[in-house]
Amino acid sequence: MRITQGCFSFLPDLTDDQISTQVEYCLRKGWAIGVEYSYDPHPRNIYWQMWGNPMFDLKDAKGVMIELDDCRKLHPEAYIRLNAFDATRAVESVTMSFIVNRPKVEPEIRLTRMEADGRSIRYTQTVVR
Amino acid sequence: MMDTDAPAPKTVDLRAEYESSGVREVLEELDRELIGLKPVKDRIRETAALLLVDRARATLGLAHETPTLHMSFTGNPGTGKTTVALKMAGLLHRLGYVRKGHLVSVTRDDLVGQYIGHTAPKTKDVLKRAMGGVLFIDEAYYLYRPDNERDYGQEAIEILLQVMENNRDDLVVILAGYADRMESFFQSNPGFRSRIAHHIEFPDYSDAELLAIVKHMMADQNYTMSPEAERAFAEYIKLRRKQPHFANARSIRNAFDRARLRQANRIFLEAKGALDAAALSTIEQADIRASRVFRGGLDSDRARTIDGEEAAS
Repeated sequence: MRITQGCFSFLPDLTDDQISTQVEYCLRKGWAIGVEYSYDPHPRNIYWQMWGNPMFDLKDAKGVMIELDDCRKLHPEAYIRLNAFDATRAVESVTMSFIVNRPKVEPEIRLTRMEADGRSIRYTQTVVR
Repeated sequence: MMDTDAPAPKTVDLRAEYESSGVREVLEELDRELIGLKPVKDRIRETAALLLVDRARATLGLAHETPTLHMSFTGNPGTGKTTVALKMAGLLHRLGYVRKGHLVSVTRDDLVGQYIGHTAPKTKDVLKRAMGGVLFIDEAYYLYRPDNERDYGQEAIEILLQVMENNRDDLVVILAGYADRMESFFQSNPGFRSRIAHHIEFPDYSDAELLAIVKHMMADQNYTMSPEAERAFAEYIKLRRKQPHFANARSIRNAFDRARLRQANRIFLEAKGALDAAALSTIEQADIRASRVFRGGLDSDRARTIDGEEAAS
């Protein structure tokens, strides 16, 4: 099942050129880029692993692409995303985030319905490989 | 970028290319703002010509390969290496050989870490910042310390060499330093020598050039010298050159800064009434003559010379 998180996730996977262009856009806006990866694409899992620190003071997308390539080499079967951090509000807040790498076979997310007290219904999602 | 469908043009107009790429402006700026440095300017002009012709060849569909543009700048302190590097970044950007055209200026401290495992991320971080621009490594020979085989500098050198080879399209590395020490650095690191195509030497400035430089600096900051002061400065340059720690244009800039200090003090003590702009911006002979250089340099240096331990050369 295709995981859809962040920008562009309903589009076909971005090519490296397209990723590079998106990164250029972020850098032009003065945002810092961080590479993160995870083997657990559960929508509630907000703690992805950081691939090094976010990169500040970059002028060119190549710097990000080098890190992305390194990360892909070591984690070809992981989800990898790029986060863009905007510091205009004095905190580094994520303004853009998109997936740039997916495993060959993506896990499924199964929805379980549960009846709780009264007649209210609760849902829970589980990642099934 | 050319459309693949469009037929390749049959001719190119180098002159028009020269005008439209903005190379001319950079070269003219170089001529206008940098005094002297004839061999350097010649080399830069040659490089620009090569790159222009290369680009023209590409538009005609002739075989072309991105030339190796890594350079080494050698010369004594204060001969304008950093300034020229900045101009070089602009030039390469206009010619389209670097995408962004910014200059990242670093020294050993920015590349080499303090403990094991610290160097690689540090060097890579600098390289990432320099992508799309020019990486200027000042006093590059400090990277290599032959007396300490566990020095982390070697690690930085290896990463640098690898990136210089693999990312030739992404950044241009300029190594700078004093001529003799750069020579021994290249000797002990043959990898660097073979990866650097352009070795540019910066000559020392002549006395007349230094005087022209200081006038240029003064004009930039709205100062003028009286004719006597100019004569005094010419003498100052002659004497300063013979004293230790002479750093060409940098020494002259410092001399100018100190003359400003003395001028301000003089005006402050002498002024009685209203002052006009000319009074505030004229440097007099006394402001320059008061320098210790006319009395034989710093007391500590003079003492050494008198003792005969070290002759000022």
